[in-house]
Amino acid sequence: MSPTFETVAGIISETCDIPREKITPESHAINDLGIDSLDFLDVAFAIDKSFGIKMPLEQWTQEVNEGKVSTDEYFVLGNLCANIDKLVAAKAA
Amino acid sequence: MKLEYFQMVDRIAELDPVARTVRAECQVPEASPVFEGHFPGHPLLPGVLMIETMAQTGGWLVLAMLRFQRMPFLAQVKEAKLRAFVVPGQPLQAEARLVHDGSGYAMVSGSITSDGKKVADAEITYRVVPFPNETLRAQMLETARRVAVPEAFLHG
Repeated sequence: MSPTFETVAGIISETCDIPREKITPESHAINDLGIDSLDFLDVAFAIDKSFGIKMPLEQWTQEVNEGKVSTDEYFVLGNLCANIDKLVAAKAA
Repeated sequence: MKLEYFQMVDRIAELDPVARTVRAECQVPEASPVFEGHFPGHPLLPGVLMIETMAQTGGWLVLAMLRFQRMPFLAQVKEAKLRAFVVPGQPLQAEARLVHDGSGYAMVSGSITSDGKKVADAEITYRVVPFPNETLRAQMLETARRVAVPEAFLHG
């Protein structure tokens, strides 16, 4: 498990009151964990704060709505963590 | 304040884009139909309207920071504390600080004071979305001018 995943899983567990052991890199935040859009704002806030980034949720939502990517790209936690890592790297560059 | 029209903010007294704070003046009216029911013989500003006052104050801050290009809609209220009764005719000062401007959402910390004493505070989250239509945006700009949001914040 990557440090990013451990942080994100901890945030989700605490924010959404989901047992930590149910959260895996393969978990889909919405379909598997049942996180709704309002709870996801709290998760996003905690992630933004923890990693010092601003996740482009509007852009991601638009891409999903336009059919360019599936929700898996941003809501399967392993993929979400990879996107977080890219944002952190882009910020550091 | 015109409670029955949900006009909670009378005037933006200070708006600091660097500190990301706003301070607003809100005069509770002496009379309102709201007080006839809340409560008969013992009129009090409803707590939900104190929360609305903080939400609108923070909303003006978000609108100004985004130069009225997007509209904040109330999504969540956390840790709301209504610390004292507010009565007809009472002058209030509402303040808000932008805690985080996320992508598609914003969070503020809001409070209300009266005569130097804090009477309410809350953590407020908004969904921030494109204006659903030009009618609402025009109305918000008109109201912004009425409550004295500085002109520099009204345009992109």
